[in-house]
Amino acid sequence: MGPLWVVLAITAVKSLVVIVALLTAFAYMTWLERRLVSRFQVRIGPNRVGPFGLLQPVADGIKLFFKEDFMPSGADRALYFIAPGLAMVTAFTAFAVIPFGPPEVKLWGVPLLQIANPNAGILFILAVSSIGLYGIILGGWSSNSKYPLLGALRSSAQMISYELGVGLTLVSVILLSGTLQLPQIVEQQTLTWFGFLPRWNIFVIPVGPLAFLLFLIGATAETNRAPFDLPESEQELTAGYHTEYGGMKFAAFFVAEYVNLVTASAVAVTLFFGGWDGPFVDQVPLLGVLWFIAKVFAFVFFFIWLRATLPRVRYDQLMDLGWKLLVPLAILNLAITSAIVLIWPSLGGG
Amino acid sequence: MITRSKPVHSAIAFLGTLVSLAGLFLLLYAQFVAILQIVIYAGAILVLFLFVIMLLHARSGEGSVEKLRLQRPLAIVLSLALLAGVSFLFLQAGLSEAPTPAAGMGTAEEVGKTLFDHFILPFEVASVLLLAGILGAVVLSKKESWS
Amino acid sequence: MSDYLILSGVLFAIGALGVLVRRNALIVFMSIELMLNAVNLAFVSFARQLNDMTGQVIVFFVLVVAAAEVVVGLAIIVNIFRTKETVDIDDIDLLRG
Repeated sequence: MGPLWVVLAITAVKSLVVIVALLTAFAYMTWLERRLVSRFQVRIGPNRVGPFGLLQPVADGIKLFFKEDFMPSGADRALYFIAPGLAMVTAFTAFAVIPFGPPEVKLWGVPLLQIANPNAGILFILAVSSIGLYGIILGGWSSNSKYPLLGALRSSAQMISYELGVGLTLVSVILLSGTLQLPQIVEQQTLTWFGFLPRWNIFVIPVGPLAFLLFLIGATAETNRAPFDLPESEQELTAGYHTEYGGMKFAAFFVAEYVNLVTASAVAVTLFFGGWDGPFVDQVPLLGVLWFIAKVFAFVFFFIWLRATLPRVRYDQLMDLGWKLLVPLAILNLAITSAIVLIWPSLGGG
Repeated sequence: MITRSKPVHSAIAFLGTLVSLAGLFLLLYAQFVAILQIVIYAGAILVLFLFVIMLLHARSGEGSVEKLRLQRPLAIVLSLALLAGVSFLFLQAGLSEAPTPAAGMGTAEEVGKTLFDHFILPFEVASVLLLAGILGAVVLSKKESWS
Repeated sequence: MSDYLILSGVLFAIGALGVLVRRNALIVFMSIELMLNAVNLAFVSFARQLNDMTGQVIVFFVLVVAAAEVVVGLAIIVNIFRTKETVDIDDIDLLRG
């Protein structure tokens, strides 16, 4: 690798590009969600602002920007201010370790298609999402009002419970790949069995699909998405943790939620569906980015589809599902994976 | 952290301390421990603290009179004495420059190797300890049932 | 290297000060955790100095023990709060002679 300032400059540029890409993705996800949900409900959705309503996010952004920036009386000023920022920053940070292309693409020795590759790759994502919890808790607390506090506590209790299930599921994926680092996990999935079936982790019967299912359920609950979005839907009932927030701070919480969703999709794609793997990637490495984006988009579509289709789960049912179903199944999955890796060492990677 | 009047502010200051310590661990070639620190300490233990603080609306009872009048000055003096003693010990050890770290020091693989080669018994004992902790917490939080 | 160790000593002293001075049980508990963290820092520094992974593995165990201790300690505090409606440690003096 080149001199330090070169590495830092390239990393800064990469981070900027990813942030801009994620913000644009967020803006158009709001549009996509409204159009898709409307279509699922046999109505049209926003189509007035620009062709097919494509300028709707711009209109929404302008509206939120000009809203009054108030603070409820008795609110804790410092915490009220930090909470949305914390949520948003951690949502973006989790994206720093995800590889969106083959590591061969380098500029002056610095891999271009991933921002960072720490030794504890997957754990970094878990760590950052644990800190994202504070944004929600502080947001609820600093509003100095009963309902946001209860909504925040419920939401964070839900997130903690499902973090456990997701963590255990991730351990079985780590076992299959033999490493914590995401680029290596993806590289292992670029090989093929029998010459044509890609070695994506989801095709490892029986643990691949089971782990994937558990991860999907866990990720839906972690990002507070339907059908597990009771702490949010309380907005329809009474309040959620971002009731007392208006204007740009509310927008920050929204950005955090959608970027979390994109991150969860990206992690699912990386761990189970081969990340940037796809036809012709060996010849044209940059094509990997396209495959990655397509797969993440498929997952985002799937999450929006889930939201439009399934009814909301009650809170105690939700916690039951997390503790009594997800955690035991994840442990069982782990046991089966260990057995498989012992019996067929070629599957164990590393 | 010890000077904030509102417990929630103390907890957030503690969060800052924990994240800074994780950064220091990274500088000391302990990547795996740094991430573990954030996942376990900042992400679970401190969240539990915050929950308890918020649920109990724990205000500090600092306004009223101390039972032992000399407590605060004496505590400051004793802490400074402790700091002086410990610093003297460390400075006297005459530690030279740290040697170049072994290859792969601090990575998950190295921690795992050392853990399972030499520390397998403490590992098992730790898991029993965690089980005891879980049972203790569940038993202590149950409300009395007047059956 | 001694910088890290002095920092560890400072953190430990601050934690000890917090335990002695503050009266809110939760803040006392957090100060105890701060002392544990100071010890963790010392262990990691020595692991680096002596180029031995044992220090980091011990930190791993300290983390586990701290987690278990926090869980039980907070359960106890919550119970005390349920009966006495206070977390001020000076008010919990039922065993006084």
